[in-house]
Amino acid sequence: MSSASNVTSESPGTPTAVGQAVEPAAGASGSGPKPGRGSSDAGLRAQGVAPKRRVEVRGKVLTGACVAVVAALVVALIVMICGQGVQTFTKDGVPFSKFLFGTAWNPTRTDADGVPYVGALPMIAGSFSVTLLSCLFALPFALGSSIFVVEVAPRFGTRIFRPVTEVLVGIPSVVFGMIGLYVIVPLIRSIVGGTGYGIMSASIVLAVMILPTVTSLSIDAIASVPESYREGSLGLGCTRWQTIVHVVLPSALPGILTAIVLGMTRAFGEALAVQMVIGSGGASVMPTSLFKAATTLTSVITMNIGNQAQGTLYYDALWSLAMVLLVMSLLFILIVRLIGRKGSVKND
Amino acid sequence: MTRSDKAATNAADAAPRAGAQTGATRAASAMDADTAASMARRARRSDHVATGVLAVLVGVVCLLTVAMVVYILASGGTKMLDWSFLTSNPSDGGIGPEIFNSFYLLFLTLLISLPLSLGAAIFLTQYAPSGPVTTCIKTIIEVLSSLPSIVVGLFGFLVFVIKFGWQFSIIAGACALTMFNLPIMVRVIQQALEAVPRGQRDAGLAMGLTRWETTIHVLIPSAIPAIVTGVILSAGRVFGEAAALIYTAGQSAPAIDFTNFDITSASCPWNVFRPAETLAVHIWKLNSESVVTDAAAISAGTAAFLVACILVFNILARIIGRALEKKVTAA
Repeated sequence: MSSASNVTSESPGTPTAVGQAVEPAAGASGSGPKPGRGSSDAGLRAQGVAPKRRVEVRGKVLTGACVAVVAALVVALIVMICGQGVQTFTKDGVPFSKFLFGTAWNPTRTDADGVPYVGALPMIAGSFSVTLLSCLFALPFALGSSIFVVEVAPRFGTRIFRPVTEVLVGIPSVVFGMIGLYVIVPLIRSIVGGTGYGIMSASIVLAVMILPTVTSLSIDAIASVPESYREGSLGLGCTRWQTIVHVVLPSALPGILTAIVLGMTRAFGEALAVQMVIGSGGASVMPTSLFKAATTLTSVITMNIGNQAQGTLYYDALWSLAMVLLVMSLLFILIVRLIGRKGSVKND
Repeated sequence: MTRSDKAATNAADAAPRAGAQTGATRAASAMDADTAASMARRARRSDHVATGVLAVLVGVVCLLTVAMVVYILASGGTKMLDWSFLTSNPSDGGIGPEIFNSFYLLFLTLLISLPLSLGAAIFLTQYAPSGPVTTCIKTIIEVLSSLPSIVVGLFGFLVFVIKFGWQFSIIAGACALTMFNLPIMVRVIQQALEAVPRGQRDAGLAMGLTRWETTIHVLIPSAIPAIVTGVILSAGRVFGEAAALIYTAGQSAPAIDFTNFDITSASCPWNVFRPAETLAVHIWKLNSESVVTDAAAISAGTAAFLVACILVFNILARIIGRALEKKVTAA
């Protein structure tokens, strides 16, 4: 990338050949300045600065390579999953609209027109239902706790509440799923009847799972509201609650929205815990009730991808679901970005 | 800026936001004294009520967490303390190979992801030129951190298991977990490096050290406590991860034999090309498609052991972090 400029800056004629001088030249390029190195090195060594320069370049190349590997992995992931996901449309010739808006999922059968039943809408609807519901359940607790530990009892926050949320964060998702299976599902069954599996059980489990994410990010958002705002409001004679509602929360809004969207991202992508309690064994039909077995994108992928032979339409269709999942999480990140930009403009 | 100056600016800052209050206060001053008093009383009462509601919400969250941990440990506690359960094979209802697989996989994952994330974090904090490339890299890491772990697992399945022909294997699992773990580690190390007082770095540079030397000899030693704490905490997350593993490290745990040192044999514990079910995957498998009769009891015991391990990780992270902190600041 900038290997040419590297060579020039390494030429014997450059007098200021100490650490900093290299920076602008080497940039993010991972490629070492191989050509012409020997001669310029000899010149630099004569000036007594070559080893330092070499150390610096080596460090930069080494760390730059790490970054390049990470970036390459992510790009490869997006390209490969999308490449596999579009095969349903390119190789198997399923119209994209039938996939996205079709309401029947049974890839081994075809409809009257000879197009297989690969409607993904039931799963997409299922994923969005559990995501939105779980956020709805988690939000009051997350927001309430974060206000409490920042505004009311900061010592309680650092001493007790933070360790508690760290424990909650650490509990693996399969364990949440298991608790859901042994506690929530029977509970729902005894209250509402039916099997107990379904969107409601999944949402409750997810709500607990995303609670620590939303809470800790909201705490950060609320804590970053300048102290002067609070002092100003309190100085005007407002109570603490009035200050919170009219001053602190509006200023922290972008951060709180980011917290909610990141919580939603986690809920949308969670696979195993959801799959365990949503009762995904059944066929994929549009969800009609919160208390009936349903499916999400993740649950269908998890259950089926290991059982389908490569190259079959069913297999390809599952990868298309994975692609939808990927695109959705990219969209969530975009939303976070947009909120962040708006928030920073507002606070400036 | 003096204190009173600051207060004045504060009030000015808050004025537009607290518009409703200023209006209310002004109106109140014009009103009868008793109306104002009743308004103030009402405001105070709603303040008390709100504080009470908040306290209840916090209490529920804390109780919920404690109840969950107690439930897990209580329902699987007796099973967890049974030595034969911890050492025997899954065919006999035990979790011996799973325990070893989990720790081995964690070790391999850290072995790959630690140098990578250390390098990436150093580049991002020390070298990255501010420009489109760096912004792009930061976005990429953010993308990676919010990808669903099942998607990472599918990528691992596609690339490591199928394309590279590694089959379901520990190494494929370790690579998938590395991708899952990288963004967390990079962020942790980045924060640790950025938290080192700027003066230390400037002093290093002013002494004629290069950035690389400053990083290695000054920044990293003083950031070590935070880095170690962060790495152990992320290890806890890796330890409990299952979605990224079911299609990379596989869902079967062949019996392993610790006397077998033939690295190509399927029963050699150190063979990285053998399929390896971990504790978390075991729990999922028992509960979703198991034919074992006492699946509930086994999965409860496994969950108890898993959560106990993660709690130990959490406590260790604190203790070691504090000990290192003391050592670094004392030296």
